[in-house]
Amino acid sequence: MKEYVNIKLRKEFKSSIIDKYRDNKSPLMQILQESQKQFGCVPVEIQQLISEELNISTAKIHGVVSFYSMFSLKPAGKHIIGICTGTACHVKGAQRLVDRVEKELGIKYGETTKDGLFTLAPTRCVGDCSKAAVVMVDDTMYGNETGESIIKILKSYQNKKS
Amino acid sequence: MDTIKLKINNQEIEVPKGKTILELARNLDIDIPTFCYDERLKSDGACRMCVVEVEGVDRLLTSCSTQAAEGMNIQTHSEEVIQARKDILDLTWASHPNECVVCDANGECKLQDYSYEYQISPDPVYTGHKREFDIITSNKFFYIDPEKCILCGNCVNVCTDLQKVEALSFIERGYKTYVSFAFEGDMETSNCVSCGNCVSVCPTGAMVEKSKDLFRIWETTKTRTTCPYCGVGCQFDLVVKNNKVVRIDPAPGIPNEGLLCVKGKFAFKFINHKDRLTTPLIKENGEFREATWNEAYDLITSKFLTIKNEYGANSFAGLSSAKVTNEENYMFQKLFRAVIGTNNVDHCARLCHASTVAGLATTLGSGAMTNSIGEVKYNDVIFVIGSNTTETHPVIGSFMKQATAKGAKLIVADPRKIELANGADVFLGIKPGTNVALLNAMMNVIYKENLYDKEYISTRTEKFNELVEIIKTFTPEKAADICGVKAEDIIKAARIYASGDKAAIYYAMGITQHSQGTNHVKSIANIAMMCGNVGKESAGINPLRGQNNVQGACDMGGLPNVYPGYQKVFNKEVQAKFEKAWAVKLDDKVGLSIPHILNGAYDKLIKFLYIMGENPMVSDPDTTHVKASLNNLDFLVVQDLFMTETAELADVILPASSYAEKDGTFTNTERRIQKIRPAIPPIGNSKPDLLIIQELMNSLGYPQKILTSSEVMDELALITPIYQGVNYERIDNLGLQWPVKDKNHPGTKFLHEGSFSRGLGLFTPVEYIKSKELPDEDYPLILTTGRVLYHFHTISMTGKNEEINEIIPRNYIEIHPSTAAKYKIKHMDSIKVSSRRGETIAEVHVTSKISENVVFMPFHFADGANMLTNTALDETCNIPELKVCAVQINGLV
Repeated sequence: MKEYVNIKLRKEFKSSIIDKYRDNKSPLMQILQESQKQFGCVPVEIQQLISEELNISTAKIHGVVSFYSMFSLKPAGKHIIGICTGTACHVKGAQRLVDRVEKELGIKYGETTKDGLFTLAPTRCVGDCSKAAVVMVDDTMYGNETGESIIKILKSYQNKKS
Repeated sequence: MDTIKLKINNQEIEVPKGKTILELARNLDIDIPTFCYDERLKSDGACRMCVVEVEGVDRLLTSCSTQAAEGMNIQTHSEEVIQARKDILDLTWASHPNECVVCDANGECKLQDYSYEYQISPDPVYTGHKREFDIITSNKFFYIDPEKCILCGNCVNVCTDLQKVEALSFIERGYKTYVSFAFEGDMETSNCVSCGNCVSVCPTGAMVEKSKDLFRIWETTKTRTTCPYCGVGCQFDLVVKNNKVVRIDPAPGIPNEGLLCVKGKFAFKFINHKDRLTTPLIKENGEFREATWNEAYDLITSKFLTIKNEYGANSFAGLSSAKVTNEENYMFQKLFRAVIGTNNVDHCARLCHASTVAGLATTLGSGAMTNSIGEVKYNDVIFVIGSNTTETHPVIGSFMKQATAKGAKLIVADPRKIELANGADVFLGIKPGTNVALLNAMMNVIYKENLYDKEYISTRTEKFNELVEIIKTFTPEKAADICGVKAEDIIKAARIYASGDKAAIYYAMGITQHSQGTNHVKSIANIAMMCGNVGKESAGINPLRGQNNVQGACDMGGLPNVYPGYQKVFNKEVQAKFEKAWAVKLDDKVGLSIPHILNGAYDKLIKFLYIMGENPMVSDPDTTHVKASLNNLDFLVVQDLFMTETAELADVILPASSYAEKDGTFTNTERRIQKIRPAIPPIGNSKPDLLIIQELMNSLGYPQKILTSSEVMDELALITPIYQGVNYERIDNLGLQWPVKDKNHPGTKFLHEGSFSRGLGLFTPVEYIKSKELPDEDYPLILTTGRVLYHFHTISMTGKNEEINEIIPRNYIEIHPSTAAKYKIKHMDSIKVSSRRGETIAEVHVTSKISENVVFMPFHFADGANMLTNTALDETCNIPELKVCAVQINGLV
């Protein structure tokens, strides 16, 4: 298995994150969230580290990580695209948006682009149905989206990169 | 007892309060179907198959998780209930592969059985799409087929709550959920111990042994018997097709409660292995040739007569065996004492718990585990010292973890950070051989802080004052220096141990295999008595016996100083009793122990050695010396299942039958005498050891009537007080724990209740004395040895299982990262290691489990650890110092 987080980062993660939460009543979720935030995922090495430090088995940790869609095993892209597939957005053609973005980026729902720029993350209702169909890119929300408008948005992020 | 009245299927019953509806129904033989129910676990109510109708409740209730209550009117098979069960089966079937005809579980699948019972349509009523998964094959012994999994959760729950390993988990969620190990089933990163307890509880074909034998369950027979590996004495069924053992199923109840370990569950391939010895072999001109039994007996008899005439009875010696039955051990020592006329009979308990027998007999009056395995779960403090329990006695290890999950405190003292250390309240990583320093310091704290049990000391023990003299100056700081641990941890451990009302100590070779072994054991007795922790339920001193019948082999007098039941050979009354029973004159001199038998052979004083089911070429210290000694014999008889390293040196080899082919009893570590039963006939021309010994006795001129093992038990019970009340009828179901004083005595769950076997418990102050061979400039590292989960003793049985060999293929050495760096060696390098006695090659395992300047090697491998180990002996009990010697690393090979 390729190592994603080196020893130095693991040590830092232990002292800054695990030690911070270890005495909480159920520290696992908080630590996993911190990992997701810091590394864009919960890599195997981090799960093993948590397992050793908290004496929780890796199977159980992996079970939790795979249960919640907010965690991923592999690093997510730099930008997270969330196309809402809630009821209102679905009626307003969310599936067409997903198809369009999949085609544009050459990835499937839930995957990350090869250049690591985008992850098309599974997303349920974000709570702003009056603006359906809604798309989130990172923390920014875009409303009343169509196939064409969303491509423009993605382009703007791609341009930022270069 | 509080009772309630209720109606179940129109039948009025009065039952004790606090039972679930399912339990009541099962007691009444009402068959309620379940997938996920396991009486050992808290009910989840996950599968919903056990639903019942209760009058006045507007929905169906899961009977497994609903307490029966006063006045309930319950229907277990009403129309509505049956429809609900059908719905569940229809829904399950809709996403289940229709593969029964080729499924390994065909015939023992609950989904199949219930679908038939409830007459489900073969064409799915619901059209859900079938789930698609790859079969998970990463475990060596079994596979997981998630498509056949009904997600009942039994495997996950057993792994988490009973085995306490938590190697399995539900991965993903909703429709995509499956059960697997962490990280795509990668065994390298998994903590799975391959116990197979998940497989045993799977109701469908989702978890199945990777068996090369094709069998349908209806083609097989099952025979309940006792595991031939460690001293836990697990009960299981041998599943046999065409005289071949094809699977092992754990049995519910005492002592293992349906659990097994990897050896018990999967390492059975030795039974029908092609390398089994199937005919007697006689060595001529350095080569073995096949022989008949009569030829073999005649040769042994003629050698016996010549050697006895020329050198006398004391030039003979025999090694009895901790692996064969009680009846066989009894007959073997009878052969030596009554027929040959010598007390030179010993067995490899000499190498494991001789110090326990000596140390506890002195202090308490009886050298056995004081408590029962079932009591482990009720300890409130568990102190494990010198025992890697989860590997050496895996089921007891799981029970310990179950106890800590319920709140028991755990103290672990061991040179290695063993698995149990991870969940311990205190872990003391002591240097090998420093147990006494640690225990004295703990007693110092307990004394100073007034935490000892004064009433117990004054009413049940003697000579406490003498102990105080020694311990009062032995401060934690002093011990901290000697042991290489923190003084504050010693203090913490002492306080925890003293705080326990049901504190139990568990120990094994880490305490016993030292030149001061007897003193280490006495020290254990001191601390336990000081805190009033012996002679009550769930509190005591528990030496964990290593082999299936090492307790029994000792009980049966496979020792040079005692007849069966620890009756001294030099006691005139005892001698007279045995002379009468066996109708011969007996020798009243204590015979030789194994180390002295081997030295005697080396010096050509012992001429004739008969080894039954032992392999000293691997198990005994200083292999070079062992080999030279055996080569110096005039005549060597070896009786075994396989051509072991020792058998190769024999003049005659007698092929014995395995435990699966014979009748008899094993006595497990909790003193429980349990049956073994034949599941297949003897392989080839092999014979059960009991028959061989009796035939040989006749050949040697002693009129021994050929007895069945049951008859032998009757004979030995008459002259062995602790087995007095034992017979086959009484032990058929459950076994009995000795002492069993008469035919009505129920056996003894825990020892020393009210008073000790010797009357008052004796405090024996013990000074800390260093191990005989410590590191110096030439040999700068301490070598300590031990067992691993996957192998048993000299691997003559476990090594016949491919999968086991793939996991632990060869000798290895555990080295701390900084020690490895110092010698510039890397993980998986092959290196030469030597001591003053010899050298060996080992694969490097770099791990921080072990401390700096200490290295660990398993003792299982031929020409391995015991090429290096020290033969220095404990003077009292003659146990060799297998746990500590000095070695050097000679670089890569």
